[in-house]
Amino acid sequence: MFENVFGIHEPALLLQGQRLGVLANNMANADTPGYKARDIDFGAALASASGVDSGEAPLALARTSAAHLAPGAGEFAPGELKYRNPYQASLDGNTVEMAAEQAAFAENNVRYQASLGFINGRIAELQYAISGQ
Amino acid sequence: MSLFNVFDIAGSALNAQTIRLNTTASNLANSESVDGDPGKVYRARHPVFQTMMEAPDDSSDGEDAVAGVRVLGIVQSTTEPLKRYDPNNPVADKDGYVYMSNVNAIEEMTNMISANRSFATNVEAINTARDLLLKTIAMGH
Repeated sequence: MFENVFGIHEPALLLQGQRLGVLANNMANADTPGYKARDIDFGAALASASGVDSGEAPLALARTSAAHLAPGAGEFAPGELKYRNPYQASLDGNTVEMAAEQAAFAENNVRYQASLGFINGRIAELQYAISGQ
Repeated sequence: MSLFNVFDIAGSALNAQTIRLNTTASNLANSESVDGDPGKVYRARHPVFQTMMEAPDDSSDGEDAVAGVRVLGIVQSTTEPLKRYDPNNPVADKDGYVYMSNVNAIEEMTNMISANRSFATNVEAINTARDLLLKTIAMGH
C-alpha cells in the first residue's frame, strides 16, 4: 500500500537534487577555458525515472510465478547529462553563461522546494489518517 | 547524495577563485617593480583553471563524471618587460636602463571583478544547497 505513497514527487526530488549538483558544477567552472556547460533534460529524465516513457507504454517484465518481485519502482536512475547550447559562447571555448545558470539554479531551487512541500503534505495527510482524529 | 556534492564543487571553486585573487593582488602590488635584468624582473602571474574530471563508476551514471574546478598551475606572462632609461636608479644596468614589470593593471582589475563575482555566485550556491538540505532533513516535521 505504501510502495508508491509519494508518487512522482520522490523521483522528482532526487532528479532536482542531481540537477542542483550539475548546475553548481557549471557555475564552479564559469572561468575554466574550454569547459562546456551541462544540464539534464528534466522532462525526459523524470519520464524514464517514473517509468512513464512518452509515446509507447513501458515494457513490462514477464512474471511466471506469483513469488517473483514486481517490476517497476526500482533503483533511481540518474538523468542523462547533455551539453547546453550557448546563446553566445566565449572566445576561450567556455559555454557557461552565468545569468542563464543562475536562472536555472533559482528555478531548480523552487522546484525542489515544491516537491518537498508535496511530500510534506502527503506525510501530514497520512499522519492525520493514522491518528484518526 | 547530490546535494552534498554541491559543497565540494562550489568549495573547489571558492578555492580556485581565492588563488586567482591572490595572484591579482601579487600582480598589482608588483606593478611598479623594476629590475636591471630583464630575466629577473617581476612578471604577471595567472592561474590556469581546469575542470576536475573524476572517472564515473558507471558509464551510464553521469552523476560524478565531473566535479568542481582546480588550479592546474600558475603561469607567468611572456609579454616583454618595458625598458626605461633611468640612470639614477640603483638597480639600473650599465647603460642606465631598468626593466618594468609587465603587469597590465587594467587586465588585473577586470580579473579581480570577475573573481569577485564568481566567488559570490558560488557562496550563493552553497547557501542554497544548505537551505535545501536542512529542509530535506526536516521532512515530515
